[in-house]
Amino acid sequence: MCQVDEEYNGQLEHRVTPRVSKKCVKCKENTAVLIIRAGDAFCRGCFKEYFIHKFRAMLGKNRVIFPGEKVLLAVSGGPASSSMLSQVQEGLSRDAPKKLRFVPGIIYIDEGGASGQSMEERERAVAQLESVFRATNYHYHIVHLEQVLSLPSSVLEAGSSATEKPQTGSSYKAAVDQFIQTKKNQHPDLSVENAQSHLSSLSMQEVENGVTSPITPEHTQALQRLFASVRTLTAKEDLLHTLRLHLILHTARTQGYTKVMMGDSCSRLAIKLLSNISLGRGASLATDTGFSDPRYGDVVIVRPMRDYSSKEIAYYNRMFDIPSVFIPGLDTKAQDKASIQHVTESFVTKLQTDFPSTVSTIYRTSEKLHTACPPQNTNTQPFAKCLLCVCALDTKLEEFSAYQATLISEQLSQRRGPGPGFTPGAAAPGLPPASSASQGQCYSSGGGQHQGCMTGEGGCCSSAKKPETVDLKSLLCYSCRLTIKDMTAEDALPQYILSEAERRKRRSQMREEISEFLLEEDEAILSVNGSL
Amino acid sequence: MAAPIAIHLEFGGGAELLFGSVKEHHVTLPNQSAPWDMKQLLVWIRGNMLKERPELFVQGDTVRPGILVLINDADWELMGELEYELQDKDNVVFISTLHGG
Repeated sequence: MCQVDEEYNGQLEHRVTPRVSKKCVKCKENTAVLIIRAGDAFCRGCFKEYFIHKFRAMLGKNRVIFPGEKVLLAVSGGPASSSMLSQVQEGLSRDAPKKLRFVPGIIYIDEGGASGQSMEERERAVAQLESVFRATNYHYHIVHLEQVLSLPSSVLEAGSSATEKPQTGSSYKAAVDQFIQTKKNQHPDLSVENAQSHLSSLSMQEVENGVTSPITPEHTQALQRLFASVRTLTAKEDLLHTLRLHLILHTARTQGYTKVMMGDSCSRLAIKLLSNISLGRGASLATDTGFSDPRYGDVVIVRPMRDYSSKEIAYYNRMFDIPSVFIPGLDTKAQDKASIQHVTESFVTKLQTDFPSTVSTIYRTSEKLHTACPPQNTNTQPFAKCLLCVCALDTKLEEFSAYQATLISEQLSQRRGPGPGFTPGAAAPGLPPASSASQGQCYSSGGGQHQGCMTGEGGCCSSAKKPETVDLKSLLCYSCRLTIKDMTAEDALPQYILSEAERRKRRSQMREEISEFLLEEDEAILSVNGSL
Repeated sequence: MAAPIAIHLEFGGGAELLFGSVKEHHVTLPNQSAPWDMKQLLVWIRGNMLKERPELFVQGDTVRPGILVLINDADWELMGELEYELQDKDNVVFISTLHGG
């Protein structure tokens, strides 16, 4: 079972391949055209119903999308997100009272700069997708990955949730009822026209804004330099994923969207779950693969396609002519073991052919994961979150944690010994001793502290960039640290990341300096109660 | 005794990259005594059409895991998978599901 090339010839029962045409298991009349899961054969009509129903059931079960909300659909052009787009169209167009009620927008991120495509190829893909988007009549935004270089650093902060009311079932139902009431009060004939004309007028205006400013070759080169400085494909994919998410987040915030729908299918999420564990993101599994991802505060990411296997999506797209554009990515035609994500993908897919319940088992397991603490934890300091992925920092642990053990063993396995002033709790183990000598006079108030000098001062003296790059690691969670470690030139990172890192480091130093004057939370309560 | 069979092949989901980025192919399978089945078709494709990286399309006897096959718009599992015998003017579609969305 755990060998690389196992052969089960003759030991397993071979799956019985039916020779006669089977009947659909649902309606029992039509000929089946498709087998889903482990043996349910469906006919065309029943499959379509099943597919559409699953989407609406997924949204209805998790009542997070309120009527009238603006929802951004992240479409990459691939089969799952194109399918999601068509489901949203389908759901919004029904006249039944149970139709979906939200205002959609589309975003497409052109990643050609990172995956090495030429401008013509990128423009061709964008043109193809634009024609698809125009047919839907929703606003769309085409964003190039190069724009990540000019993002503001506010992207990295988790905003506060827009609605403070608890998301209970009763408030959802109340909101839906209220929405239906207001719709009824409007003139029934004109309401549909109103909505349509409003949307079309907005989209006329948005089309100019939809395609963002043209990118210069310098931007593309800077982006390529960033990705070229990353040594492994694993880290590249991880970095690309993070930057993409930041771009989507920024667009959602500036355009007023409160929800983002991502088109991750069941198979893709199963692969993501396993590869995240391998990457060191086990602590944030629940938010990374669950239905809703609330860690950004004001923008919630939902994944309505998480119940569909890639087989179902591919068949649906084929049978009902859903347009999708294939765009090569970073790992197209890569070797089997080129990156952790890629090898996990081939592992899960291969296992799935022999054991068809693999993906659904992993999916069920991920459903059982929940976040332990409430996501809106206002007591958490803003910089107790990872700089890049905004999950809780898991590296600021006490002296005797497993993480410190890995640091020590890493330190010991390097050629040079520990530098002066090295302590297990330091943010930057293994810093070469030469850099402290090259700092010169340092005017930081903690003048006697060796620590302050070595780990960089940010604003207090104009030192070289080198101390800053070391600081980055202390602001990151374990897996982001691994990604940054694979980079040879950290200053190739976009400006917003570097400046936010600088700001947080200064803040934490300031906090340290005035720490004796700050009251802890429980001390404050005690003193207030005491005075009463 | 089988006459040459005309088959319409389609590739989607990224699989077309291995075939010169051409999605649709009309091929005529040459004459042979035994009827053509899917297994032989795969061997034929591997030998005559695959431009590069055969291991990304064919694995051993069958297609690589993650590639779906539709014969005349029906799942090939319902038709017998590799043992299905090809008829003239059949439409065989290969869709790769390995590139997400």
